[in-house]
Amino acid sequence: MSKFGRFLAASALMGAFATSAMAEKSFDYAFQGSLKSLDPYTLRETFTLGILTNVYEGLIKRGPNLEILPGLADSWEVIEPTRWRFHLRKGVKFHNGNDFTAEDVVFSAERLNSEGSDMKGRVPSDATFEIVDDYTVDFILASPNPILHYEWELWSIIDKDWAETNDSVRVTSASDTAETPISMMANGTGPFKITEHTAGVNTKFEANENWWNWENREFNIDKVNFTSISADATRVAALLSGEMDMVYPVPTQDIKRINSSSTLAALTGPELRTIFLGMDQRRDELLNSSVKGKNPFKDIRVRQAFFHAINAEAISSRIMRKQAAPSALMISPFLFDNADQFERLAYDPDKAKALLTEAGYPDGFEIRIDCPNDRYVNDESICQAVAAMMAKVGIKVNVNAQPKAQYFAKILASGGYETSFYLLGWTPGSLDSHNIFANLYGCRDDAGKGGMFNIGGYCNPEVDALAKEILVENDAAKRLDLVTQAYKIVTDEVGYLPLHQQGLAWGVSKDVSVAQRADNVLRFEHITKN
Amino acid sequence: MLAFIIKRFVQSLVVMLVVGLIAFVMFRFVGDPVDQMVGLETSIEDRERLREVLGLNARLPMQYWNFISSAAQGDFGTSYQFKRPVADMLGDRLPATLELALVSAIFALCAGIPMGVFTALYKDSVLTKLFQAVSLVGISLPTFLIGILLIYVFSVQLQWLPSFGRGEVVDIAGWSTGLLTSSGLKALILPAITLGLFQMTLIMRLVRSEMMEILRSDFIKFARARGLTPRAVHFGHALKNTMIPVITITGLQLGSIIAFAIITETVFQWPGIGLMFLQAVQDVDVPIMAAYLLMIAFLFVFINLIVDILYVVVDPRIHIEKA
Repeated sequence: MSKFGRFLAASALMGAFATSAMAEKSFDYAFQGSLKSLDPYTLRETFTLGILTNVYEGLIKRGPNLEILPGLADSWEVIEPTRWRFHLRKGVKFHNGNDFTAEDVVFSAERLNSEGSDMKGRVPSDATFEIVDDYTVDFILASPNPILHYEWELWSIIDKDWAETNDSVRVTSASDTAETPISMMANGTGPFKITEHTAGVNTKFEANENWWNWENREFNIDKVNFTSISADATRVAALLSGEMDMVYPVPTQDIKRINSSSTLAALTGPELRTIFLGMDQRRDELLNSSVKGKNPFKDIRVRQAFFHAINAEAISSRIMRKQAAPSALMISPFLFDNADQFERLAYDPDKAKALLTEAGYPDGFEIRIDCPNDRYVNDESICQAVAAMMAKVGIKVNVNAQPKAQYFAKILASGGYETSFYLLGWTPGSLDSHNIFANLYGCRDDAGKGGMFNIGGYCNPEVDALAKEILVENDAAKRLDLVTQAYKIVTDEVGYLPLHQQGLAWGVSKDVSVAQRADNVLRFEHITKN
Repeated sequence: MLAFIIKRFVQSLVVMLVVGLIAFVMFRFVGDPVDQMVGLETSIEDRERLREVLGLNARLPMQYWNFISSAAQGDFGTSYQFKRPVADMLGDRLPATLELALVSAIFALCAGIPMGVFTALYKDSVLTKLFQAVSLVGISLPTFLIGILLIYVFSVQLQWLPSFGRGEVVDIAGWSTGLLTSSGLKALILPAITLGLFQMTLIMRLVRSEMMEILRSDFIKFARARGLTPRAVHFGHALKNTMIPVITITGLQLGSIIAFAIITETVFQWPGIGLMFLQAVQDVDVPIMAAYLLMIAFLFVFINLIVDILYVVVDPRIHIEKA
């Protein structure tokens, strides 16, 4: 280390003492779920990945409005349709002091697609990488991919040397029977370091004064304590009692209680998640229905009738207590620029009845709706409301609500798609429409090959063909046009019955200011505290 | 004595095997563990591979046999969610639950016995009426409601006591204790009262009725006739004779205190084994569920044995051969 370097280190150390001499600001918050493994590739779940991006960073970053910003990559360009060049930020250091270079990016990309990773595909598995120099790396793709970097905020870059010396090259996979070091400790480049982690209970963070953007930081907190509190009432009580600066999610019925306090406020907004109903359009005979020998949902008039019978406004105002925005599409309007061209089919029970009569069901029929009761906001109540609305047009809906563990085991591919009418919520992981067409509208076979989450089995080859074009179209305007075309088809055919964009509700002390992102990710770097 | 203990031990083994079997049959209906272990977008092939590695494709009797045979060697497998040996996890979380259970049992005894004695001796006192009203609340309100009420009053309104967690803990030779820090002790008060209130009520009522019964008996009359002080009569003779059922109930209730701690731990986000079990049920973490159920079964069997032995110590009229 040069003399100057030593001087810098010494003054940094003094700086550290100086700040600790001042009153330390700690931000305490609680979330419903828990943080288990710290390995950022073990579980593809927004909460886990989101909390870890305070410690690790991706090549890109997303701002408070989910806009794409430079992260560990300063800039990037598409040199050829299949070759992307990323210029990396210089002077970035991992928490252990190692330099961040192109090697770490390639290492992380390979680790991402390795056996046991739950993040496979976030970098296309057939991509190859070329290190141009220490701070430039090329991604060579098999086919063009305009949204290559969309999901990369939550793709954490890991230090190659550190992983190698700490036996953490291998991903801590779901099938592992022992912890790997990286599942218990973290070494990222981010603005916060993990100082203590008790899996499933709490995690403590401390600001990283060597962060590359320290000089321009927005936050003024020194410590963050995260606690998992699963019981809704206890979580809200912890906020009301002043023990917590923030808790989320807040149950809709408690929003008023929080807002009535002089020191607290409920921060609400639409989430990216769309809550919708799906209809079995694949089986020849519906499960748990009075109609035998045929499938009424194969008739578009029946699907339209169901749509007309549902009063989404009422669900949003009564059941969701206005914490939801009725939705015409299967994607949040945040994520699709032409969303305003689409409208819901009007609530019109008479028209629904007429359509049912026309389709040959003047007296309606009976069907069961499968519904989770602990997954989405007020999920079971929504199903009950739907049943009541359907009853008005002569359809008898029996509600079968189950805990999510049983529910998903039954309705997903692993359970053989055992449902004919169901409620589900979906957030496109890539924050892009292609995800919707591939997962929810893509044709599938009985084993789930194709649109794996297309539980109802909607299938239109035209949409599949458009989805393929959307995937590789680099021209933004053309791409938007293709996406709009595809939405036109699936909306006209009533492939699903979208209900609403679920609302987000965070309970926050008035002493702190946070940025609420529509993907429910809390970034510590936007937190300030009085 | 030894033969008696061995016989009981064999019986308890059978009980535990049956508990394990019932648990394994039940796990089939809890859901699919794999769905909880990977993200929504994980491919079917990856899920299938995982299922194979975890041994979930094996037939149920085989899975049961694998579990029992390794459990017999002290290996309860690895948690699906945490990738840690379940035995270690139980070890980490057990101190929290045991401290809570112990403190609430002490609370139940220390408050329940004097209250029982008092209400038996002064039947018409105002305080007796009050105690009986409290006991009615304790016996009729569900635990979670009591917990939430206490949180509302003491955490939200008065802001005296924390509403969740254990506060600061100190680690002593692998045992994390909250009894040595002020925040730890403060955090213990509400959960301990919540968990102990029902037991306190039970003990109070038991002591009261036993005491009233015994105060009417002949030997108490003779004791009084001998001119013993009321204090000696009440505490030296009457109370001592009410202790047999109290010991039985307290012993058996200690097991249920630990088992019922699930609810209290959830309400107060108390990081003990009960909370861990409940989260395991939500996550379909089969190894944790299985180990927890076996442990609770063992606990009950063990406590029963201890209670049986204590009988002999307290009441020499009981002979083991007859038991």
